[in-house]
Amino acid sequence: MAVKLPIYLDNHATTPVDPRVVDAMLPYFTERFGNAASRNHSFGWAAEEVVENGRAQVARLINATPKEIIFTSGATESNNLAIKGVAEMYREKGNHIITQVTEHKAVLDTCKRLEKYGFEVTYLPVAKDGRIDLDDLRRAITPKTILITIMYANNEIGVIQPIEEIGKIAKEKGVFFHTDAVQAAGKIPVDVQKENIDLLSISAHKVYGPKGVGALYVRRRNPRVQLASIIDGGGHERGMRSGTLNVPGIVGLGKAVELAQNEMPEESARLRGLRDYLKDGLFARLDDLFINGSMIHRLPHSLNVSFAYVEGESMLMGINDVAVSSGSACTSATLEPSYVLKALGVGEDLAHTSIRFGIGRFNTKEEVDYVIKRVTDVVSRLRELSPLYEMAKEGVDLSKMNWKPA
Amino acid sequence: MAYSDKVVDHYNNPRNVGSLSKEDPNVGTGLVGAPECGDVMKLQMRIHPETQVIEEAKFKTFGCGSAIASSSLATEWVKGKTVEEALAIKNTDIVRELSLPPVKIHCSVLAEDAIKAAIGDWKKKAGVEDTAAESTSAGH
Repeated sequence: MAVKLPIYLDNHATTPVDPRVVDAMLPYFTERFGNAASRNHSFGWAAEEVVENGRAQVARLINATPKEIIFTSGATESNNLAIKGVAEMYREKGNHIITQVTEHKAVLDTCKRLEKYGFEVTYLPVAKDGRIDLDDLRRAITPKTILITIMYANNEIGVIQPIEEIGKIAKEKGVFFHTDAVQAAGKIPVDVQKENIDLLSISAHKVYGPKGVGALYVRRRNPRVQLASIIDGGGHERGMRSGTLNVPGIVGLGKAVELAQNEMPEESARLRGLRDYLKDGLFARLDDLFINGSMIHRLPHSLNVSFAYVEGESMLMGINDVAVSSGSACTSATLEPSYVLKALGVGEDLAHTSIRFGIGRFNTKEEVDYVIKRVTDVVSRLRELSPLYEMAKEGVDLSKMNWKPA
Repeated sequence: MAYSDKVVDHYNNPRNVGSLSKEDPNVGTGLVGAPECGDVMKLQMRIHPETQVIEEAKFKTFGCGSAIASSSLATEWVKGKTVEEALAIKNTDIVRELSLPPVKIHCSVLAEDAIKAAIGDWKKKAGVEDTAAESTSAGH
């Protein structure tokens, strides 16, 4: 069967909306367009009803109750609200926040802003496998610590943090625990009760829902978490997030997480199979490949590989009918290679050669076959062009060379 | 990022890929850049000892498409030129020819450095007095 090009294999960045989600959303743009805050007519009631249905669907995904779900514009807003909201509400209690170095910028930059306002932030390091050390976390907690914010799974390398253990430590120490679960929710089981999570961010567009809508779980009891709002106005979402609710978006988010939850056992097994098939296919055909991050504690659909001696952007240019992303500096606006890979201790030379593959619901084995072939061809061709590959094959130790950067 | 047609052409059909023997007294080798910075160029030229005409040029490059194109173009340009003419090639000429965006200018700088480094190496080997062969490296 011929594959349709281009192939999308960048499902950590975003996912296509599932047609079943689109179908669920459509009536709420036109016939049922009401404002969920309109309490005095049927248009408003209909909107309110589906919003509450969406809240229940999100709650079910993470084993929460519907009242604990706040709708937002996406996970960046959820992360901002969780961290800034706790910081402001509990600043009398303490001014210390703990996070870790491979967080998404939505968490790191939020923490950096709080530092400007007098908060102290500890950025825990990660080991070579991409995970934090729990003893580091225990040692970092002080009487001033009010929040631990550690992502569930990383967006670049797919590595899953020891969430249940972190939750246990946070509970013991009486510190709130927020997790950015954007990459994990809907992909692997997430349980805020079992894992003692107090705040959790999710986004619709990472789980085959629409862009521009997400949610924040805010624990209501044992312990109750209160948040200062960052967007003020009509007092929607129990005062924590004002703004007219995105009704079609919420319908889409709800439907997307419902599908993800129902299909998770089957889907995660299928994606894991394709991911491992991709990995094995590449490793069987090419030498000098390196996996970035733990292969054990990893999302099933996720693979991050460094193709030594081949610069990432030139590789993307060669496989231009396959959408993936690279940790190479040349693909970023800052000209710095991936800070995530750097934190793992991956050398900058190898960081420049890294490619992230994210397999999704709509990818097929035929597509993965095509990708294996394309990547193998391009890497082989570019290695013929690479002075580093030539030198390495001649036995030159590249780390001992006296390089002359431009 | 969108590439110019010329960059795409050099990337897909790089000219003069390969290596020349470093043992050859008439071959000058320039190796510039660093793996940590994401680009390394190796440019080699075989230069006629009397006429100082560059008879052959080969390159290998680790780097983005613009780096590959810049070095491929450099080999095309230096071939048939005298050493003096080759040293007159400026990175801005490469930028213009390949329509490189500002973020890719360093690729052209690296190509100019590679030309100068290769000629400098040849001069050292051949015992030619070095006048202007010092690399113009200005830090990364």
